[in-house]
Amino acid sequence: MDYEKVLSNRAKTIKPSGIRKFFDLASQMEGVISLGVGEPDFTTPWAIREAAIYSIEKGRTFYTANRGLSELREEICKYYQRKFNVSYDPEKECIVTVGGSEGIDIAIRAIIDPGDEMIVLDPGYVAYTPGVELSEGIAVPITLRHEDQFKLTPDLLKAAITPKTKAILLNYPSNPTGGFMTKEDYAKIVPIIKESGIIVISDEIYGELSYEDQFCSIASFEEIKDQCIIINGFSKAFAMTGWRLGYVLSNPVLSKAMLKIHQYIIMSAPSPAQYGAIEGLKHCDDEVQQMRESYKARRNFCVKAFNDMGLETFKPQGAFYVFPCIKSTGLTSDEFCEKLLDDQKVACVPGTAFGPAGEGFIRVSYAYSIEELKVATEKIAKFVKKIKG
Amino acid sequence: MDEKLLLTLLQRNARMKITDLAAALEESKDNIIDKLTELEQKKVICGYHTIVNWDRTNTEIVTALITINANPEREYGYDRIAEHIYKFKEVDTMYLLSGEFEFVAIVKGRTMQEVAHFVASKLACVDGVTGTTTFFVLKQYKNNGVVLIEDEDGKNDRLVVTP
Repeated sequence: MDYEKVLSNRAKTIKPSGIRKFFDLASQMEGVISLGVGEPDFTTPWAIREAAIYSIEKGRTFYTANRGLSELREEICKYYQRKFNVSYDPEKECIVTVGGSEGIDIAIRAIIDPGDEMIVLDPGYVAYTPGVELSEGIAVPITLRHEDQFKLTPDLLKAAITPKTKAILLNYPSNPTGGFMTKEDYAKIVPIIKESGIIVISDEIYGELSYEDQFCSIASFEEIKDQCIIINGFSKAFAMTGWRLGYVLSNPVLSKAMLKIHQYIIMSAPSPAQYGAIEGLKHCDDEVQQMRESYKARRNFCVKAFNDMGLETFKPQGAFYVFPCIKSTGLTSDEFCEKLLDDQKVACVPGTAFGPAGEGFIRVSYAYSIEELKVATEKIAKFVKKIKG
Repeated sequence: MDEKLLLTLLQRNARMKITDLAAALEESKDNIIDKLTELEQKKVICGYHTIVNWDRTNTEIVTALITINANPEREYGYDRIAEHIYKFKEVDTMYLLSGEFEFVAIVKGRTMQEVAHFVASKLACVDGVTGTTTFFVLKQYKNNGVVLIEDEDGKNDRLVVTP
């Protein structure tokens, strides 16, 4: 069969993830120490697992409402109110999704027509640009600057907005940079968003993992709340990556449009995961807090280790990544990561996997114990010393 | 300094190096040493012990939980009786409780006979003690937050690289 004829142009033209290539390389090797993982090392708190098991025992294994269990939606809205001071109506403004990933997908599909422009941040999470392209939209990257700690600044935003701009996709705290937007940082760009009338898709999946400043949801700015679609989920804060459970919060009109797409492509998110998540939101604040404290100590350890080895690394205020600059080694990001893997069997992800602006950087995950981080960073230091001579 | 974080890190791993603690807390090594000394003097840090699972060694250790009934004393309440009991080397841990009995003591010995002998000849004879019940431990599952039996939980099967 001539599969070239069978495959859609869409499937043929979409680029494979840069991470995939590196995954293949690293997983062929024995005894690799990895700092390349974008998920917590903690197991899901037992109370959540136990609640999900109980739901299965009780036979609560049917489809739920398209939007998700009403109790879960209520807890999600209470959580956003309690933690981030943003209020949403569980009946009309909340959809439970299969991970934040589905949330991003339905948000983009609900607003992007062919030829519409959507601003994405570079470096940024791997799924955003392909998501826009699958809707035949045009992803317009903003090149973020290291000297700004990869924050979105008003000048960059203004320059990127055109009459065709439909939306912007934000992700703070950021994967891969760990960049963070404080309330003051947002206050500078909110007037531009208000004036342009563009939609903001804000992926707040790492919001709970904020270390110095309190996390600020962009939807907390009342003047643009109606323009915001909030994506969040349970993967990072509750250590529930494999459960695939997220949610989308937005005004009722946008929510209704997204719900139409969600009900056809997904129907409803897995029910055991939803029952587990209710328990998480109700009773797991302490576990979340303990994990956050643990990440903070690991972050501090990593930032020092990389700066000590001569790789300039700013202190990220959120998520669980550091983004060391490797320009001083004279290697490209790809070369650095491949040679490091070859020489020391340590896997990091090249910054370029997250867009061209990631050149000169590597993404290092610190979702590992300090003992593991110590071994890995010592090996990286040895490698850097060798390269620099 | 984030004292709580320092204590949490040490509670998880008492062997963590001063340099690593300093990095994790963004402090100098000297500050960490000073802080630890202060916490030790204040008896906030009461030691840097190792959780040993003796069941996996050739050393035989028998553990018993002993509930103790006692009459309080004027002026001293239960404290003097407690002191009399916890000073015995056999007593590993001891608490004053609400409810049916006054104390519970965790007692260790080499054999069941040794523990039984301690209860009969020492513990039950303490002035003010009116009764004891001994519960021998058959299997230890979790101790000080650490699971001591084979447990798949927490075995991390994350992929090597994920987005």
